[in-house]
Amino acid sequence: MPPPEASRPLDLSAMILRQLRPTITLLIALTVITGVLYPVGMTLAAKSLFPLASAGSLLLGSDGTVRGSLLIGQPFTGPRWFHGRPSASGTTPYDPTASGGSNLGPTSAAFTTLVAERAAAVRRDNSTDTATIPVDLVTASASGLDPHISPRAALLQVRRVATARGLADEEVRRLVAARIEPAFLGILGRPRVNVLALNLALESLDSGGAMAELSGEGNRPQP
Amino acid sequence: MMISAWTEVAAILMATTLAAITITPWLAAVFRMGADSDGSGEPETDGWFSRSLGAIQRPLLRAAGVWHIREMTATEYGIAILLFHGAGFGLLLFLLRCQPLLPWNPDRLPSVPWLIALNTAASFVTNTNWQAYGGETTLSPLSQALGLTVQNFLSAASGLCVLAVLVRGFVRRGSPTIGSFWHDLVRVTLGLLLPLAILVGLLLASQGVVQSFDTGVDVPLVEETLTAAGEAPSTRRVVIGPVASQVAIKQLGTNGGGYFNANGSHPFENPTPLTNLLEIVAMLMIPMASCLAFGRWVGDRRQGYALLATMAVLFLPFVVLIVRFETSPNPWLAAAVPSIDQATSSEQDGGSLEGKEVRFGPASSALFAVATTATSCGGVNAMHDSFSPLGGLVTMWMIQLGEVVFGGVGTGLAGLVAYTLVAVFVAGLMVGRSPEYLGKKIESREMKMGMIVLLVPPIVTLVGTAAACVLPAEAAAASNPGPHGFSELLYAFSSAGNNNGSAFGGLSATSAFWTLGLAAAMLTSRLLTMLPLVAIGGLLAAKRTVAESPGTLPTHTPLFVLLVAGAVILVGALSFVPALALGPIAEALQPPAAGGGPR
Repeated sequence: MPPPEASRPLDLSAMILRQLRPTITLLIALTVITGVLYPVGMTLAAKSLFPLASAGSLLLGSDGTVRGSLLIGQPFTGPRWFHGRPSASGTTPYDPTASGGSNLGPTSAAFTTLVAERAAAVRRDNSTDTATIPVDLVTASASGLDPHISPRAALLQVRRVATARGLADEEVRRLVAARIEPAFLGILGRPRVNVLALNLALESLDSGGAMAELSGEGNRPQP
Repeated sequence: MMISAWTEVAAILMATTLAAITITPWLAAVFRMGADSDGSGEPETDGWFSRSLGAIQRPLLRAAGVWHIREMTATEYGIAILLFHGAGFGLLLFLLRCQPLLPWNPDRLPSVPWLIALNTAASFVTNTNWQAYGGETTLSPLSQALGLTVQNFLSAASGLCVLAVLVRGFVRRGSPTIGSFWHDLVRVTLGLLLPLAILVGLLLASQGVVQSFDTGVDVPLVEETLTAAGEAPSTRRVVIGPVASQVAIKQLGTNGGGYFNANGSHPFENPTPLTNLLEIVAMLMIPMASCLAFGRWVGDRRQGYALLATMAVLFLPFVVLIVRFETSPNPWLAAAVPSIDQATSSEQDGGSLEGKEVRFGPASSALFAVATTATSCGGVNAMHDSFSPLGGLVTMWMIQLGEVVFGGVGTGLAGLVAYTLVAVFVAGLMVGRSPEYLGKKIESREMKMGMIVLLVPPIVTLVGTAAACVLPAEAAAASNPGPHGFSELLYAFSSAGNNNGSAFGGLSATSAFWTLGLAAAMLTSRLLTMLPLVAIGGLLAAKRTVAESPGTLPTHTPLFVLLVAGAVILVGALSFVPALALGPIAEALQPPAAGGGPR
């Protein structure tokens, strides 16, 4: 252990006792500063500077109810909706109280079998006989809450959604194209489409264009 | 489209380097390196920063009764570290166990079970942040803030204190003391980590990382509200909380323990490609700046550049490799399901996307993965368990190199200096020169301490993995079959034995063996690297400086950089290649088969 030349007798217990008061005092003091003042101060600052972003980027419907968070995906399964990625969260898909991925290994049979089933389902739902399926649409995300799909995965679903809603293909395709988020500064991240925002836009397209309220993040709904 | 992936990787690494250069003078000014010659207790270095920091720390240290005690011997410093870790462990354990009795637990979460609580306390006190808990379902906001966030600061600060002691070993001559742990701790926590965390936290919050006193918002599902007429739609509880404040310090302090189970892949911890960049910058910048500050402290900036170059030489090839591996199509998937398009184009991402988020894509997920394992951060933005076999190998090996390639804040560079001493010693033996580094003779006692630092993590890792393998009930914790299952076991003990904290998440490490075994690995590794490093600092500080002679081995040359990098690779390879051959390498060599892989 550490001592340099033993020029004076080692009195370990005295050394330990001497350090007890600073240990306790500083642990308490630093806990108050970094565990109470810091998070509380940050919350107050974030609340006043970025009230929408720090409260969960919530989306409000035209009647003011919360429809979801722009950042948290929701499950969609019906033909009238754009579908997001498969989700491995908790026991139900897209469960924000139990985020997580599948953790399936890249060579595991369980993984390839699951992907084959999903690919068959995508093919059946969208009656795409010729096209190949973009990989993001048949693999589960890391969080199980991924709100995005690739532009190709969205375009693949245009015909099904348009048919189910009695809309023109072109109209739905325009809606998708308008909602492709590019890479930040053209460099960071990948082009993507937010599925929940796209579906909410669809919904308001259906109900006669009352989607002005849905242009962005809403207000915090509850105290 | 691969060009865009490389541009992104290069842009992030450049931003990181710029940030590191920017904070270097700041970091260098945080520690007082010289001896307290006049015994006055007042900061003798001038400048507004040092003075104002002195003003902040004075009342705290007065209250602690140590304002006038400026200096400790290495033994006292080691005792202070041990006591402080012990007290932090006790406090965290108390918070987790007594969760239902304490305030700010709006969801009435129960007491954390003993095994998980012990594991989590060990994990956060040692800067590992292995997540045995499932963030949003296990821990109240109080436990997160008062327990985890606090340890994120303090364990990182302790790491930097150890580095400061080691540097004092080189800077001081014939000094019996190596500074005061309490002064160092307060200065680095309040003078560096806290301001940086505030800055990073606010930037993150501006982008959508939540920061709130509320714990959640109930949201009816959009699809069901409209289709299931008459029935009440099912709702999802969108969990929020004081997240930005915790994520900022978990990245800066190379801690890695997330607010949520999915860690940095959760959209509320890492919502956009910009926050992803910020988080990568935050985890790399202090370890990088430490190298540059080291050069300033020892009065020869070239020494700092050499250490940074050593880390870069070990880091960049693996960045290239892992980005290649993760952006390439998964051949096993291609063989089993040929109708999947895994090519990258402007309209979709290709490569390995299981366990990755679309907003990041495989390239920056791979960069995050190699950065989080090279530093001892361990936070993730993608699930390493689902990485390609060789991509997973890169993450695992970065951990197994002993967390000296950037490594934990403070401890990473200190560990690399231990490797440097070994390289100097070996080089000295080869050419018959007396080994010395930065003017200090390296003798057998320093070497013994250095060998403990080098060898304890691999021993802990391999013994732990071996134990898990021979206990059938414990080996069954792996969720994937075959070599990949072995990788899960190996990764877990590598992560705990090197204080990283990331995981191949398929492992259900909830049994007594796993929780307590990993906790023991984390504590052993942390303490048996920190304490010998402090001891080396003490031994060196007591020595006189030797004058540079024509026989002195220059330690800032490219040749020396390669020598140190070679030592790191050699120890890492000799320790782990056999184990890696059984795991990721065996997995990568399996032939792709139509209809699925091995059973």
